[in-house]
Amino acid sequence: MYRYDSYDQSIVDARVDEFRDQVQRRLAGALTEDQFKPLRLMNGLYLQLHAYMLRVAIPYGTLSAAQMRKLGEIAAKYDKGYGHFTTRQNLQYNWIKLADAPDILAELASVEMHAIQTSGNCIRNISSDQYAGVSADEVADPRPWAELLRQWSSFHPEFTYLPRKFKICVIATEDDRAAMRLHDIGLKLVERDGVIGAEVYAGGGMGRTPMVAPLIRDFVGEDEIISYLEACLRVYNRYGRRDNKYKARIKILVHEIGVEEYKRQVEEEFAHMRTLGLNPPTEELDRIRAFFAAPAYETGLGEDIDRADPAFALWVDRQVAAHKAPGYAIVNISLKPLTGIPGDASAEQIELVAGLAEQYSLDEIRVTHAQNLVLPHVKKADLYAIWQKLDEAGLAEANLDLITDIIACPGLDYCALANARSIPLAQKIAQRFADAERQAELGELKLKISGCINACGHHHAGHIGILGVDRKGVENFQLLLGGSGAEDASLGQITGPGFSEDGVVDAIEKVTDIYLAERTDGERFLDTYRRIGMKPFKEAIYG
Amino acid sequence: MVEFLSFRDGEATQEPAVTVEAFTGQSNATAVRIEPGEDARELLPFLDRLSLVEVNFPGFGDGRGYSAARILREAGYAGELRAVGDVLVDQIVAMRRCGFDSFHPAKPLDDAAVDRALNRYDDVYQKTIDGRRPIWAKRHPETING
Repeated sequence: MYRYDSYDQSIVDARVDEFRDQVQRRLAGALTEDQFKPLRLMNGLYLQLHAYMLRVAIPYGTLSAAQMRKLGEIAAKYDKGYGHFTTRQNLQYNWIKLADAPDILAELASVEMHAIQTSGNCIRNISSDQYAGVSADEVADPRPWAELLRQWSSFHPEFTYLPRKFKICVIATEDDRAAMRLHDIGLKLVERDGVIGAEVYAGGGMGRTPMVAPLIRDFVGEDEIISYLEACLRVYNRYGRRDNKYKARIKILVHEIGVEEYKRQVEEEFAHMRTLGLNPPTEELDRIRAFFAAPAYETGLGEDIDRADPAFALWVDRQVAAHKAPGYAIVNISLKPLTGIPGDASAEQIELVAGLAEQYSLDEIRVTHAQNLVLPHVKKADLYAIWQKLDEAGLAEANLDLITDIIACPGLDYCALANARSIPLAQKIAQRFADAERQAELGELKLKISGCINACGHHHAGHIGILGVDRKGVENFQLLLGGSGAEDASLGQITGPGFSEDGVVDAIEKVTDIYLAERTDGERFLDTYRRIGMKPFKEAIYG
Repeated sequence: MVEFLSFRDGEATQEPAVTVEAFTGQSNATAVRIEPGEDARELLPFLDRLSLVEVNFPGFGDGRGYSAARILREAGYAGELRAVGDVLVDQIVAMRRCGFDSFHPAKPLDDAAVDRALNRYDDVYQKTIDGRRPIWAKRHPETING
């Protein structure tokens, strides 16, 4: 894992000091809320429906046990005893007092964490694959690149007042677990002639105008990635729309001027940027890379898992993934208990996972965009002990990528922008499909709920997506089918008129019935939908 | 309170700035003012005779002027580069890093707050044209870019 040096620490500490000063001026009345708003927003502090919400960055989704433990302590001390893991590998505290915010940032800084640029029209937290460094088929660990970009984007002087927020993702495998092409810029590491570089995708995103990012450059070497991104951002900063915040993301620019024209402008700017010496030397990426070197795995470990306990066997089949090192496994921890809130974890659960990481996972935890957690380095021999502890803490749900592994935004229960409540709907769906056999029968089925058109719940990318809207003061839910945030990225299509909360649960059931009736061997829901199209589903729902 | 802030030696340019259109259409003006939607590169053929470029920020959230400033400095412009309009204390550091060396904010700035802002961060992560050595260069002083 990356560790701060004195430079990194000094910047984060200075930020705490700066924000403490700003909060004091606000509390003393020297700043009005209007003047304070842009300052707090640069630091992830939102004023929500009931309280301040603080969004903490978890860069590229990697945490140490000590960092995780600190997140739990903060939840217990300053919040109502829980935290919410988001689709951007961040953690949100929903019940923060303004006067406490500087102390929370100081506590975060003590474990090399921060809330810098978790909001505002700037480059946000860099996201990545939760299996980075442990999947056998990756070209290289994407996290050194992500850390390089974290530093480059922190307080970038030219790109802090962009037309709109800007999200970058780095992955390094064919399987896309991070929705890379739904980011403003997505980088996919590739190897060409023995050299590592990145394919660059630009102009993806969700929101009210969802787009899958097109490829804009086939290869950028690691020694030029910063200057290339500076070129991409400069063209966007200069020509992205600022007349309408809903048309201000880079996807609209790329769409309006066309991919070829955007590419041309970026290449022209890149030719100029190349002359400015903006790229750190190779030694800097090597320095960062050394922090992510593979840990000292034990050798000679057995591969056997004792499956005598059927509940454990079920969990293993669903939640455990292949690790590159013999005798090891990747454990996915579901934050989607059937009656809970997707992505929420209590202070005690956070502490428990920190302890498990310390004891069993070489001190590491990952956070996924699907709002789950991962223990990346677990010996197969330890799986049963881990499962027992997770089970006691209510964290042993076996539903990874199943219909109850629902992504949901905080919705109208918390969010000032929402039109509808996402959480109660997620719970109703989870209860309707609670039966484990039924879920398993339906197989991989990614269901995603957003409480408004801003699409924080990734509804466009759900195999089944739900969008909450306000229809004359009544919550109404639109249903979408056929989206994907994975390597086969696509955008869901709306089925037709929306439903009440109960109505949409019924509609989903009809949709799954059609799938079960129509599927051929081995087809996932998404495959069947793509083969037979919308019509049969529509007929079943509205017919 | 500070109404005008300069980091240049000597007197600030007093000549009133003309619009980009007026400037490129006449030969004798030496001061020009760029609005957010205008292309700073239109000025590149004329850098030698410019002594002042004002970049207007009608609202602090419109960051196009940061790119305009860097483009001018990257092209070798050495005259005064002044940020005007909705320029707040919280933007001064980033503006300095993009090459602005004078500031004429619509609302006067608090001297102490400006001092605090300018001295808060010892180091920077990015290389720009302001001559500051980024952190990566300090980490690797022996390398080419270091």
